Amino acid sequence: MNLHSSFTYRKVVDRGMALVCALFFALAFIPLLSVLWLVISKGAAGLSWSFFTQLPKPVGEVGGGVGNALLGTLFMVGLACLIGLPLGVGAGVFLAEKGDGTVGRSVRFMAEVLSGVPSIVVGIVAYALVVIPMGHFSAIAGGVALAILMIPTLARATEELVRVVPASLREASLALGVANWRTSIRVVIRTAMSGIVTACLLAVARAAGETAPLLFTALNNQYWNTDPRQPTASLTVAIFNYAISPYDDWHAKAWTAALVLLIVVGLLNIASRVLTRSRLKGAR
Amino acid sequence: MPSREAIIDAPASEAAAAQHHASHPGTSNLGDRLFNSTLWILGAMILVVAGLIVLNLAVAARPLAKDHSLWGFITETQWDPVEDRFGALTFLYGTLVTSMVSLILAVPVAIGLSLFITQFAPPKLGRVLTMPVELLAAIPSVVYGLWGLFIVVPWLRASVEPWLGKHLGWIPLFQGPPIGLGYLASSMILAVMILPTIVAVSVEVMKTTPEATREAALALGATKWEAVMMTVIPYSRAGIVGAVLLGLGRALGETMAVTMVIGNSPQISASLFAAGYSLPAVIANEFAEATSSVHVAALAGLGLILFATTFLLNAGARVLVNAVQRGPRRVSG
Repeated sequence: MNLHSSFTYRKVVDRGMALVCALFFALAFIPLLSVLWLVISKGAAGLSWSFFTQLPKPVGEVGGGVGNALLGTLFMVGLACLIGLPLGVGAGVFLAEKGDGTVGRSVRFMAEVLSGVPSIVVGIVAYALVVIPMGHFSAIAGGVALAILMIPTLARATEELVRVVPASLREASLALGVANWRTSIRVVIRTAMSGIVTACLLAVARAAGETAPLLFTALNNQYWNTDPRQPTASLTVAIFNYAISPYDDWHAKAWTAALVLLIVVGLLNIASRVLTRSRLKGAR
Repeated sequence: MPSREAIIDAPASEAAAAQHHASHPGTSNLGDRLFNSTLWILGAMILVVAGLIVLNLAVAARPLAKDHSLWGFITETQWDPVEDRFGALTFLYGTLVTSMVSLILAVPVAIGLSLFITQFAPPKLGRVLTMPVELLAAIPSVVYGLWGLFIVVPWLRASVEPWLGKHLGWIPLFQGPPIGLGYLASSMILAVMILPTIVAVSVEVMKTTPEATREAALALGATKWEAVMMTVIPYSRAGIVGAVLLGLGRALGETMAVTMVIGNSPQISASLFAAGYSLPAVIANEFAEATSSVHVAALAGLGLILFATTFLLNAGARVLVNAVQRGPRRVSG
């Protein structure tokens, strides 16, 4: 910029650019409000008890729901949690406690890079890892794909949360003669625990919203399924299939299913926020 | 001489602790050894996951290597599963075009937005300001796809594309019939989806600018905007580039939203109004139905290209962002 320009000119540029930045901030609200408003206004009409409890019906028949898809999402996210939460949180604790050496640094870097790997690629990996050996699509494959997606992000989040535990707490415990491992588990990790639960909730919310890695791992299923070895429906894949179909009543179902998905994801996010706030209050 | 911990744990594991401590100072009892080895195993799992991804992609794509060279695969435009002809160029083109246009749309907004949050907004508002951006990031991509298909695409078809065609139609980018579905629709939705990624990282790196340098600029008579351009932007430039690269990585790999609005038509067109196809979209559409092993391998090959590209992009981006966050202390090493 040219500092020799007149003062008025510089002042105008200053105000103008501040205004442009504020406008860009306002611009971000347009897609946000548009998505939220349309999903709510177009989806709310289809909400009913049977939408949550019934199987999908063929085109043209009134009623029917996405009960099996909801159950499938719950089931596969549950499977993903069984694998992904312990590994993700564990790797995060490793990074916080032992992450300062060469190995730790490379693990951290790998976790950061892996958290940017496209989810569709993880779908192919789960296909080669689970679907091919088993011979068919299954809920396990979907769960594995979601777990692989969870681990790197959760590891980094956990590390941050464990690292902010004040060193004085650890030192106090060690000074009382408590062994290192007990100090880590009973003092350091326990202090970070509510934060870690928050990170897990966000990981679950992300997994529940994933579609691409389920398309050719869990595939889909028209019926109720609780057998982890069988193809399984999910809410996100149901939204996709309804949306790209040529039928208007299926489009309406897609909007309602999207509303249900947004409510689930929203509740998980709100829960994590409430937890964070109460934790900050407790620390003060 | 046994350490403090060894003395305290003595009644439980006196002999073991003493013996172990002699060879491994610092880990003095069974609990510590178990805990430490568990942690190391858990940490190594990240590397195992990385290895699994590479290995499985390579195994899945292997049958393709029999009669396709890498260069031939990338430069071939034909994609015909019935005839066993597989070329990636059409999909590479669609992915690159949509990602680049989405960056052009998103980057100025993202940087302005980050500057607003970190520099211009009243600091009292604090975290509230990042909420809309965090909410944008929390919306699942299939919901963006649904929104794009039924809201953005009709809007583009009815208003935006006819207008662009009328006023900017002399540019090849804006020629052709306005069909709504296509590169432009994908780019717009991608721009919305990568905005939160770029903003979140940019805000972090901008916050690392030392307050003193900005105050110094203000004290010398710079306006607020000049101070930002003289201190915040140069200080965080590498980090902002990193943030943009992270956004690009996200745009390249985004699957559902693009699959739903790009039109899924394997052709290369200069016009942004035309329907196209992208790497993730073809994988999403064809993988479950691919029957021949070469078809599966070709799709996995596309996945491998996508993985390699996003991996390198993310690695580069992280190096840049981490360097800014560590601060500029190591100029002389």
